[in-house]
Amino acid sequence: MTEKFDAIVVGAGPAGSAAAYVMAKAGLSVLQLERGEYPGSKNVQGAILYSDALERIIPEFRDEAPLERNIIEQRVWMLTDKSHVGFDFRSEEFNNDKPDRYSIIRAQFDRWFCNKVKQAGAMVICETLVKALIENEHGRVIGVTTDRDDGDVFADIVILADGVNSNLARVSGYRNELENKNTALVVKEMHFLRSDIIQNRFNINEKEGVAIEVVGTLTRGKIGMGFIYTNLEFISIGIGCMVGDFQKGGLTPYGLLDELKEHPSVKPLLISSEMKEYSAHLIPEGGYNAIPKIYGDGWMVVGDSAGLVNSIHREGSNMAMTSGQFAAETVIALKKEFKSFSEHNLARYKIALDNSYVIKDLKKYKRMPNFLHKNRHFFTLYPELISEAIATILRVDGIDKKSKGKQIIRSFRKGRGLFGLIADSIKFVRAIR
Amino acid sequence: MNIVVCIKQVPDSAQIRVHPVTNTIMRQGVPTIINPFDLFSIEEALRLKDQFGAKITVLTMGPKMAEQALRKTLTFGADEAILLTDRAFAGSDTLATSLTLATAITKINETKPIDIVFCGKQTIDGDTAQVGPGIAVRLGIQQLTYISKIVSIDLDAREIIVHRCVESGTQVLKTKLPCLITLFEGTNVIRFGTMTNAFRAARYKLIEWSATDSGISDVSQCGLRGSPTVVKKVFAPSARTDKTIFISGETPEIISQTLIDTLFSSYPSLQKDLFDISSQGVSK
Ligand SMILES: Cc1cc2nc3c(=O)[nH]c(=O)nc-3n(C[C@H](O)[C@H](O)[C@H](O)COP(=O)(O)OP(=O)(O)OC[C@H]3O[C@@H](n4cnc5c(N)ncnc54)[C@H](O)[C@@H]3O)c2cc1C
Repeated sequence: MTEKFDAIVVGAGPAGSAAAYVMAKAGLSVLQLERGEYPGSKNVQGAILYSDALERIIPEFRDEAPLERNIIEQRVWMLTDKSHVGFDFRSEEFNNDKPDRYSIIRAQFDRWFCNKVKQAGAMVICETLVKALIENEHGRVIGVTTDRDDGDVFADIVILADGVNSNLARVSGYRNELENKNTALVVKEMHFLRSDIIQNRFNINEKEGVAIEVVGTLTRGKIGMGFIYTNLEFISIGIGCMVGDFQKGGLTPYGLLDELKEHPSVKPLLISSEMKEYSAHLIPEGGYNAIPKIYGDGWMVVGDSAGLVNSIHREGSNMAMTSGQFAAETVIALKKEFKSFSEHNLARYKIALDNSYVIKDLKKYKRMPNFLHKNRHFFTLYPELISEAIATILRVDGIDKKSKGKQIIRSFRKGRGLFGLIADSIKFVRAIR
Repeated sequence: MNIVVCIKQVPDSAQIRVHPVTNTIMRQGVPTIINPFDLFSIEEALRLKDQFGAKITVLTMGPKMAEQALRKTLTFGADEAILLTDRAFAGSDTLATSLTLATAITKINETKPIDIVFCGKQTIDGDTAQVGPGIAVRLGIQQLTYISKIVSIDLDAREIIVHRCVESGTQVLKTKLPCLITLFEGTNVIRFGTMTNAFRAARYKLIEWSATDSGISDVSQCGLRGSPTVVKKVFAPSARTDKTIFISGETPEIISQTLIDTLFSSYPSLQKDLFDISSQGVSK
């Protein structure tokens, strides 16, 4: 017996569920296939959920979704081995009735989202790995092969939401191997604590949360970032570096995480907590220039498998959902117009993405990955210099402030050289402009 | 053949956490699974279906959520799935559970006579191993527990021969059909269902029976009211403080001597007990 659907969605992460939900809502027959035991069982995120992208798909999500804490304060920490220089932003504005970001647990969130997909009328089958795409004699994708017996299923369009590894697109020759210089490996642990203790430590009320992003010397000049997020009953802490940097040796993911946990600014936050869960995952961080081909005859790619992550702002799940939504809307529109899912017609998906924050933001930072690769001292030298400068200013040691100012300038010039400093600022501004 | 398999959805005990502060079991957020012992029963039923042709009905008593577990058995290849769900069932102990299940099985039996009822050996959340035997007694059929192999079934003579695991070895048993079987763990490995079955499971309209639907006339025999068992206290045992003692030595003789010395010094009464036993042996 062969089954045929309007659309098959591979993967039940935020990208896949967004696509399946929007299509099912519009009355299309949709099959969503997920290899995990249940949606979310294999997925890892920090995890901060940005409201906007989801709100555009499920406006009432705040009443239903398993949300943990409303993030009211964002901190950025630049660590040296002994100190940190921080920038905090906290505002009551974040405490309105429609908060713009929350901490979540992906295993729960993905399950909820996929349940919405089922309620919208799609068929969801878990524990089913899609092994390959089926093409017809013209090279058009017409279905998928799964790892179950009699496992071929057919559809007019296949949406690949299979995450960062994007095996299917690679096996089908639609994209190249992931590059190790463009892919971060991140490890994460969940440290359980009573919620009132978390609230005390982070100076927040019930249901409020803090997100801390960390960079600094502990990655030893390798491109990497850490994070500390508050959930209801645990603190998520993680750190990662580019796979290529790990390959060079000298650093291990768990070693980095251990160092982060031992850092004097971090350790007191975790004291007496119990580590109950850990995970590791890849993040595609190549940015705009690493985006592969995202559509072709009978197929589209969404979310991480399309490389849609803004690593500087740690936005990924929102881009996943938005791209899923756009892909779905493309399918719906073409169906209505009785048009085929040819590469030519699916170009609309790319146009929608190009005109949205997704590609605009990725374009804005497109020089960033390269910039960081060429300027490793941003992770080592500057945290040291800035930390030292602030310590110098604050130290009360009988030296007048004007001389201290000069001393600081000297140390910067000694550390990086005047031309280096000027060049860095120009390059940095260019990379983010 | 007509086969009924009773299953239970249980919290995945590998992922249950004890609350660090209150010492109570935290069920919230713990994923649920089909009781692992039930999987052997489902697979054995499927093998009989492959061999003889059979209709397999899977039965569970539980909350609505147990639907997931039932649907999964359809993915494996079961034919029908019945969920016994009613407020009146809440809080059942093994006595009340076996009553509810046995009553529902009797009702299934009325439409088509059942040949075999399978149950899990025990559940991983209760570990009583009472429900299967309880059902057999209530139905008045033979119970074959801890079965490691179904050797043969003669449908004309209505006889079944099985291997049963006992501590000292294997019993070979023969009995009449219908009977109730619980399987020893490791007897088989649950199959990975076909895509056709996965579709069927996804589309299947589950059968739901209330207490009345199940044929229960007196609901005071179900649920909390029908359950004489009382859970007085739940606690996490304190961690063991005994340390592993490593025993090493140059020669086997030295190692065994050290072992014996260590044992006797750790358990002073042991020496006397052993001596008593051996002197009895001599006197006999
Ligand atoms: C440590 C870490 C922290 C992060 N923090 C944040 C954050 O705070 N905020 C944020 O917005 N983003 C964050 N991200 C990024 C975010 O997690 C991803 O961008 C997002 O999950 C992408 O969603 P997706 O649906 O494209 O892919 P995924 O979530 O990876 O989902 C892919 C799904 O496809 C399934 N699948 C894969 N292959 C197959 C196959 N062949 N057959 C069937 N199923 C298949 C997988 O099992 C999985 O369920 C973080 C990422 C990491 C690793």
